This record gives sequence, structure tokens and C-alpha cells, in this order.
Amino acid sequence: MHELSITQSMLDLVLGEAEKAEAESVAKINLVIGEMTGVVGQCVQFYFDFLSKGTAAEGALLNFKVTPTTAKCRHCAKKFELGEFDWTCPYCKGNNIEIVGGKELFVESIEVE
Amino acid sequence: MEIKVVKDILGANEQIAQKNRQLFDSHHVFVVNVMSSPGAGKTSLILETIKRLKGKTRVGVVEGDISSSLDAEAIGKEGVPVVQINTGGECHLDANMTSSALPSVPLKDIELLLIENVGNLVCPAEFTLGENIRVLISSTPEGDDKPFKYPLMFHQADAVLINKVDLLPYLKFDVDAFSKTIRGINQKVKVFPISCTTGEGIDQWVSWLFDQMKKG
Repeated sequence: MHELSITQSMLDLVLGEAEKAEAESVAKINLVIGEMTGVVGQCVQFYFDFLSKGTAAEGALLNFKVTPTTAKCRHCAKKFELGEFDWTCPYCKGNNIEIVGGKELFVESIEVE
Repeated sequence: MEIKVVKDILGANEQIAQKNRQLFDSHHVFVVNVMSSPGAGKTSLILETIKRLKGKTRVGVVEGDISSSLDAEAIGKEGVPVVQINTGGECHLDANMTSSALPSVPLKDIELLLIENVGNLVCPAEFTLGENIRVLISSTPEGDDKPFKYPLMFHQADAVLINKVDLLPYLKFDVDAFSKTIRGINQKVKVFPISCTTGEGIDQWVSWLFDQMKKG
């Protein structure tokens, strides 16, 4: 459900950038969404279709790059993807880890006309 | 034409949150964002915290709910100022909703503001409100697997309160394993096993909270 406010914020951001570039319309929006955020692309698309009506971004293609939840072991410094029910390092079995990826939620670029 | 943007989608929320924080700081008000799933004990914890802080510090409360003012009424009985935000369907509070409620909060008369977020372990994690600390309540009947299901929430919490520990004899909930899991991804977190029913652990939590307030 947080997708509604997230989509609105994303649309405001995109329209602001398009206006700065004096673009007439937005053809594509490239988004980076971390797995950990729980943001569902399908929901974003649903809200986007509704919210963007009548704006310069209406009909823009949404491209989602989903980044996995990635951790770095504080013992052996190796990086790995966080398992679903196992948060120990697969290399040294340490359980002191740092989350280094998967929290992303940003607009990487837009394609305008 | 491609335009590089690389901007945080929730940057606007973050900016409003920073303004809220400046307002809190200028009034020397310490702010706690209280989060949990529905029924884990947010309102009970706030009530117990208020009771123990009476005469020590002046507390105010912001109640976030999708609808109803039941929780605000319960808290109002304790004689502290309480402001209700009804999100009207939104599953979390955001910085803007908080900002709109602030003119009704007597900031000059309080030192601690407890904000009860909407009961939800997913959405509130994304939206900062301008708080000093984030407190997450996870109750024993919910099960000890919650960190694996909602990692962002557990990763960002300054304190995790394991509520309803009086029910442990009847449940399969491994407090040690649960605490170890959270500490694995969140080195700064403080874990407090508590019961709002029996009062177990509440003094320790309140004493820690009081220390955080003094540190600012």
C-alpha cells in the first residue's frame, strides 16, 4: 500500500526533472528498487497509470531494476546475498553482518522527448 | 534524450522530516517513532511509559491510525496532550502528515513526543518523520521469524521491545535466537524483553529512553 505515496513522489520527481529539461513528454522511467523495501513493481505500475493521466509522463514506460538484499560479513569481509531464513555468512558462518544493498529506492534516469 | 537523475524517490519526505526535526530541536523535544504490527502493544507501551515518566518529564503523544480515535481517547485519560492523525487509508505516517499535526501539539510544554505509527511492519520503515529514535515492538505471539520477513524494519530500529513475554510459557518463541538474529544485522540495537501486562522490563526500557533523551 505504500506504493501509492511512493508512486506519487516518484511522479513529482520525474515531472520536475522533465520540466527542468524543457521536455514535452517522458517516454521511459528507469527505477532502482531494493528488494528490502518491499515495493512491488506491479503496484507502482497500477498507481502510475492512474496518477500520471493528463501529465507529461502519461504512457511512460516504467523499467524496474530490482537489487537483491546484499550483506557484507564483518568477520571475513566477503559479500553475499542474504538468505531467506539464514543470516549467517556462507563463507565463515559468522553472524555479524552489514547490509550493503537492497534498500535502494531511486529514479536512475528518464528518457524524454 | 536520456537524463541522468539518480535521486531518492522519497527525497521530498526526507526534506519535510528534516524540517520537522529542526522544529523539534528548537523546542528541545525528543521524538520517538513507535512502530509495530497491529496488536503488538504500541498503545499499551505508550500508556506504561507515560505512567512511569509522570513527574519526571512532560510527554505528548501523536496517534496515527487509519481511522477511529480509540487509542487517543485511552491516552487522553492519562492527562497528557494527544493529537490524533487519521490517515484515511494510508498504511503509514509520513513526514507531511506529521507536519500537519504539529500545530496542534503543544511543543513548548513537552520534552518527549511519542508518535504511534500505523500498525504495519512494511510501509512505516520507508518514511522518516523527523524522529530522534525508532522503536519497534515485536510481540511473542507474532513468532520469532519476523526479522526474516521484515528485515528493513529490524535493520533500522534503535530499540526492539519483545512484548508479551508473560506468554512465553505457552509459545514457541526463542528470545535468545531472536535477539541474536536482529543484532546480526543491526549492531546498534537495544533489545528489551517486556510485558505491558505484568510490567516486566518496562523500567529498564524507560530508563534507557530517559538516557537517550538526556543525550539528545
